[in-house]
Amino acid sequence: MTRRVVITGIGVRAPGGSGTKEFWSLLSEGRTATREISFFDASPFRSRVAGEVDFDPAAEGLTPQQIRRMDRATQFAVACTREALADSGLERDRLDPYRTAVTLGSAVASATSLENEYLVMSDSGKDWLVDPSHLSPYMFDYLSPGVMPAEVAWEAGAEGPVSMVSDGCTSGLDAVGHAVSLIREGSADVVLAGATDTPVTPIVVACFDAIKATTPRNDDAAHASRPFDSSRNGFVLAEGSAMFVLEEYEAAKARGARIYAEVGGYATRCNAYHMTGLKKDGREMAEAIRAALNEARLDPTAVDYVNAHGSGTKQNDRHETAAFKRSLGSHAYDVPVSSIKSMVGHSLGAIGSVEIAASLLAIEHGVVPPTANLHNPDPECDLDYVPLTAREQRVDTVLTVGSGFGGFQSAMVLHRPEVAA
Amino acid sequence: MTSSSTPRVVVTGIGVAAPNGLGREEYWKALLAGENGIAELTRFDASRYASKLAGQIQDFEAKDHLPSRLLPQTDVSTRYALAAADWALADAGLGPDSPLTDYDLGVATSTAQGGFDFTHREFHKLWSQGPEFVSVYESFAWFYAVNTGQISIRNGMRGPSAAIVTEQAGGLDAVGHARRTVRAGTRAVLTGGVDSALDPWGYASQLAGGLVSTATDPEAAYLPFDTRAGGHVPGEGGAILITEDADSARERGAAHVYGEITGYAATFDPAPGSGRPPGLRRAIELALDDARLAPDGIDVVFADGAGRPDADRAEAEALAAVFGERGVPVTVPKSLTGRLAAGGGAADLASALLALRDQVVPHTAHTTSVPEAYGLDLVVDRPREAALRSALVVARGRHGFNSAVVVTAPTTA
Repeated sequence: MTRRVVITGIGVRAPGGSGTKEFWSLLSEGRTATREISFFDASPFRSRVAGEVDFDPAAEGLTPQQIRRMDRATQFAVACTREALADSGLERDRLDPYRTAVTLGSAVASATSLENEYLVMSDSGKDWLVDPSHLSPYMFDYLSPGVMPAEVAWEAGAEGPVSMVSDGCTSGLDAVGHAVSLIREGSADVVLAGATDTPVTPIVVACFDAIKATTPRNDDAAHASRPFDSSRNGFVLAEGSAMFVLEEYEAAKARGARIYAEVGGYATRCNAYHMTGLKKDGREMAEAIRAALNEARLDPTAVDYVNAHGSGTKQNDRHETAAFKRSLGSHAYDVPVSSIKSMVGHSLGAIGSVEIAASLLAIEHGVVPPTANLHNPDPECDLDYVPLTAREQRVDTVLTVGSGFGGFQSAMVLHRPEVAA
Repeated sequence: MTSSSTPRVVVTGIGVAAPNGLGREEYWKALLAGENGIAELTRFDASRYASKLAGQIQDFEAKDHLPSRLLPQTDVSTRYALAAADWALADAGLGPDSPLTDYDLGVATSTAQGGFDFTHREFHKLWSQGPEFVSVYESFAWFYAVNTGQISIRNGMRGPSAAIVTEQAGGLDAVGHARRTVRAGTRAVLTGGVDSALDPWGYASQLAGGLVSTATDPEAAYLPFDTRAGGHVPGEGGAILITEDADSARERGAAHVYGEITGYAATFDPAPGSGRPPGLRRAIELALDDARLAPDGIDVVFADGAGRPDADRAEAEALAAVFGERGVPVTVPKSLTGRLAAGGGAADLASALLALRDQVVPHTAHTTSVPEAYGLDLVVDRPREAALRSALVVARGRHGFNSAVVVTAPTTA
């Protein structure tokens, strides 16, 4: 008998508000939270808009020592972990440490701290040999980010398997998929799973400038992320985090937990094509979707809502649209598809988890979040992308997908437990 | 929770890039001969540093191993990973003509440090010249998924793939994940770990951990379990392994089956100051349970061997608790390479499989005097011939990662 896995707690830190409640208000009202970069002087850069999070670590209850040692991305993850645990009603002292695991996704890990320390050690970039007399004791942890899942484990009291899953922009889906495996195979009963990334820092902005992956729409920052719109011209870099409490279904039921959804299926494939490029046919993403539906034992027509990757690059939007048609058949034209990146931007490795949070809340509230800023769809993107306004409808089953550098294509099926019963 | 229907997962290919040997047999010969890969760091002028040694890979000319178009887009660690992957795939007979293609093949690798040398150069360009000088390859040459992605692309591997980061335990955790993926139906998964961070900033950052030896003698700087242990030496490289469904390997007539991955487990230490016991013993016991072996079923342990008295004592205690005092031969051949971050566990697993093949335990070079209180049967001075059927490989990552893998010699049919 396969162990079933459900999600019973959510914590979110995303642009436009802190906490799950504010996150959902933003999405369900179709508001956008992208803005001109305020964290540093972005004037030398091509893309100067971002989804920044107004995050105050002291107000989050982190101690001065935690604030000193943790990278910003780690602070986000710990704050989300606390929210998710509280939301689940699982007290830390009721968890069996040996049966509690952590899987944390992140694409660029401690990028913010790396850059801060680099500027000190290199004297603002002058010294290739860097000055060891200005070496922070935390620099090892910024180089080698095992400390990030470690901090989450310490927060939750987890002593089972702990790891970071770093698959670029699918990390947030893959970390939760990994957590599902741990529970199903019996390595853990509870997993704190999710992802975090805080890449709004000069080196990362420069990375994406160099390949023109991010938007140069600097004159209209609030409407710069335009997935599926014919005027879209790149994604909006963002920060964010979401963490979840995953539990074995029977145990969650037995303690009377509120169950957001069951993770019915998850799959990932690689395109083996190009580190940043996508083929137009969507073949490997379609295969991941088919495999995830197959694992969930659901027909494509069971999908009530597709939470798209929808990054707002031309190649992604077309690749993904092709993948939906290939995997869902005619149902691709009937099911609502939307991209919350239109509102909160693209937080790289974190976004897959942020999008899982959106998917769970869509089921919870019976509302499909819209694709903001979508006025004139690309003629090659001819599905129902839920433009501008959220839609009230019953949602039992959600398909959420991700696509990332390295060729990773991932898909997850979330549904009310009754759907599979 | 294995059942009798759980597919068995075997290793059919090995590729090693280590400071004391490039290639499986070169590395293995170097271990048995006690050839040291630790030397004075030559990548840059390290005179300002308290430590000056490293396990550096010598004589690796990237252009001899990789097409020229890959050179501008890859960090040194990715070049090692791609080369080791080529060797492992060739060893396994999984070339372009193999019956396994496309979704039959996955990739699960670990790196603890990403493409750090590469990214240091790009940070330097950004801050000394400006954003327009940053490489078009920086967005992916740096991140931790780079080796998995590049190996997948180079070899047309489209099955389930991942990158795992658990510091020095990552090489073993990647193998554990590969086994999980094969069990779930992917016929073969390329796995292992490779790392390198020996540029000035990367080396400095490794020193920031406070665990690196300041000794200047390459023969006496990294002495696992020795009374003189005073830290480790950072190294670069690692190993790539091909894990494969045993039936698949048999059906296609794989040239080698080095061994079966019979056990795997990972645990995490409690938060500092909690007073709870550390997790290493539990990881070992869970891996043995997973392999359905009693402690006396393990014939050799490839230990983590941190090379610091506190960590060495803790590991010795865990081993003695499971196996009894001097209950099993223990070795740390990485005293010849330095600690390779995510590469270390993977290289140790390669060594363990070759030990099963040749029925010989490589020794812990340089270590001479082991405290009696450790209760260890540490293999020192020279390799030890022994009847070996199953080996345990242990790796620990900073902040509390513990991983253990059991490999068992193939049954002669």
